[in-house]
Amino acid sequence: MVREIQFRLNGKDVSVICDPLKRLLDVLREDLGMVGTKEACGEGECGACSVLRDGAIVTTCMIPMGAVQGCEITTIEGLRETERGKCLIEAFADGGAVQCGFCIPGMVIAAESLLASNPHPTNEQIRHGISGNLCRCTGYDLIVDSIRLASERGNGLW
Amino acid sequence: MYDFKTLYEASSVEDALRLRKDHPKALVLAGGSDILIKLRGEEISGCELISIYALDELRGVCLEEDGSLLIRPLTSFSDITMHPLIKQCVPVLGEAVDQIGGPQIRNIGTIGGNICNGVTSADSASTLKAYDAVLELASFEGIRILPYAEFNLGPGKVDLRPGELLTGIRIPRESWEHTYGEYIKYAMRRAMDIATLGCSVNVRLTADKQRIDRLRIAFGVAAPTPVRGRTAEAAAIGHALDAALLDIVGEGSLADVMPRTSWRASKEFRLHLVQELARRATIAAIGKAGGTIND
Ligand code: FES
Ligand code: FES
Repeated sequence: MVREIQFRLNGKDVSVICDPLKRLLDVLREDLGMVGTKEACGEGECGACSVLRDGAIVTTCMIPMGAVQGCEITTIEGLRETERGKCLIEAFADGGAVQCGFCIPGMVIAAESLLASNPHPTNEQIRHGISGNLCRCTGYDLIVDSIRLASERGNGLW
Repeated sequence: MYDFKTLYEASSVEDALRLRKDHPKALVLAGGSDILIKLRGEEISGCELISIYALDELRGVCLEEDGSLLIRPLTSFSDITMHPLIKQCVPVLGEAVDQIGGPQIRNIGTIGGNICNGVTSADSASTLKAYDAVLELASFEGIRILPYAEFNLGPGKVDLRPGELLTGIRIPRESWEHTYGEYIKYAMRRAMDIATLGCSVNVRLTADKQRIDRLRIAFGVAAPTPVRGRTAEAAAIGHALDAALLDIVGEGSLADVMPRTSWRASKEFRLHLVQELARRATIAAIGKAGGTIND
């Protein structure tokens, strides 16, 4: 069974014809070419596939397309065009937060989601904010530092 | 794509009830988090599905005329934590569901899904049990009101009859008023882990704040289903706030639990946790209620 599903992706209206049980992750990567959203565990454990749905961070490997109808989705491709996204990405680069990079799109989305509700988080709050994202390379410290760096530099952005 | 027969997407509660009636064996898809993964992992197959994710009327929290707090089943965990009425009436419920998974899962998972899965580890379950929550189960025949205490029939099994849909979770005014609670989740990791043991306690003190007027306690993962510690509750009524009370609650709780050994923890360790978490949660709940424990 397929049907048309309409939603907003990074500020633009899109419409796809697909099975309502198809994962948002697959539609983003395969049908819409948004490969910044990564698949790692495929079962909601790692956060690599995170995007914002109506401003709230979600793992797209757990979201059926039917639950996306009418929603506003922001992926890393959308976020990186914004001032907040640029600030985060520069802070991650300057802070040395990136090793293999596979977890980073999800981490940046998690950082955006955190700063949007709490522009000046403590280290503890940062760790809580990225607690749904796994990184196999960095040991997290430099990621936490970079998010703090972004929050300092981006004063007023969030 | 997946091995399922058909997906029916409900467009209204009435539509969902009709679908439930016509397809009594179909699984209900709420947030999607569990079922989508089980389908891909081929843990469930060949089934019919009814999706209710589009039913916005089943989302939200409100206070009814008689003071009952009504939580709609599709409300996400994070919406529960942030909701002003939850913060006002049962803050402990918001704190409990804030310990589920990570931020992503709390934005996807729903409280109704958590309850209807019927697992003993559900972080919302012990607090709802301890607050004597009442479920509204709708079907084409009408509405059945069932105390949540009677809902769990066994591990993963709940008293949801063919054709029924959970449409509301109520906490009566008498149950939340002047009542303060604490939930403690003991897990191996702070995030993305299910509880080794969960304990939810709430107390209402006498007007002079010297004695227990009512104490309720419930556990997750201490038995095949979430359970109330009725023995400890009965013994605590009218008790002074002292060390003996903590012994009564801790040791009394052992009477109603029957944990098992799993790879996460042994039965013995869980029995230890039952007592220890019961004491700690009681101390915290009394503190929130403005009482002090005298030794
Ligand atoms: S790929 Fe979605 S959470 Fe890991
Ligand atoms: S940088 Fe490699 S997984 Fe995070």
